[in-house]
Amino acid sequence: MTGADVLLLALGAVAVGAGALVVTTRHLVRAGLYLVVCLGALAGLYLVLTAELVAWVQVLIYVGAVVVLLLFAVMLTRAPIGASDDLDRPGWPAALIGGGTGLGLAALLVDAFRWTRVDLPEPGTAERLGEQVFRTWVLPFEVLSVLLLAALVGAVVLSRPDIGRRPADGRSLGKAGGPGPDAAGRPGVGAGGDQGADAGGHR
Amino acid sequence: MRPVIPYVTAALLFGLGAYGVLRRRNAVLVLMAVELMLNAVNLVLVTADTTVRAQLPHAGQVFALFVIVLAAAEIGVGLAIVLQLYRLRASVAVDEVPLTEPSAGSPTERPAESPPGSRPARSAPAGEVTR
Repeated sequence: MTGADVLLLALGAVAVGAGALVVTTRHLVRAGLYLVVCLGALAGLYLVLTAELVAWVQVLIYVGAVVVLLLFAVMLTRAPIGASDDLDRPGWPAALIGGGTGLGLAALLVDAFRWTRVDLPEPGTAERLGEQVFRTWVLPFEVLSVLLLAALVGAVVLSRPDIGRRPADGRSLGKAGGPGPDAAGRPGVGAGGDQGADAGGHR
Repeated sequence: MRPVIPYVTAALLFGLGAYGVLRRRNAVLVLMAVELMLNAVNLVLVTADTTVRAQLPHAGQVFALFVIVLAAAEIGVGLAIVLQLYRLRASVAVDEVPLTEPSAGSPTERPAESPPGSRPARSAPAGEVTR
């Protein structure tokens, strides 16, 4: 075992242990903080695996942004500070499926790779990865930017109750706003019907 | 470097994430477990990038970056959904969310009222066209 193996084992143990605490702890806020430990250990694993840029992006986006968003969600849903007993459902099916998935995949991968040894390639620095992203993977990159825009618009629409939900909220407002789409929709449908009749007449 | 170590780590993390998604009642904790599963997939991608000599160099790491961006988008929309659920029901327990459309309540009365006004308007020109 080399030094990289020892580091991989230690960081992997930290990641799996913190992940187990994330899914078993009774404190909501502590689950978020254990998630920080787990994601940080994963960033360390990426560093040992020579994925330099991925490790820093992991620290920036996951540990920086995603966990902060999750803690915001914990705060905004008024989670209790101490331990809460109603966080879990009865766990036999979950343990069966989760344990079966994890141990089955682990057995499959152990059987596939045994104890083989691989030399680490050259590190994935920002220069090499940027070259790949902007040369080979330009189209997925641009599509991903469109997806981020769609997610942004979707989050805004979901979190604003006055978009699309105004006719359903107040009855008086709903009745006042209700005939609007109908009055606007009927001439459109009628025009479409006229066009269809014209098309039928031309034939 | 023995590639079996990060692979087994990723498999165990994925199992833990699946367990958490099925076990937890709180929607925020379900989102955290989904993050665990996404990170397990990322670890598999990065490890495969170091072990497999592919035609395109560093394709696995580029895919891991893409998955990180997807997870950021997913957590934004998921947070919006969780907050909307909390605003509607004052609770984020995922097993109390009705999967069928509730029979009573203001959101269902409105769609029940609007189709009778719109359906004749749509069916009448269709009937004229068929004549």
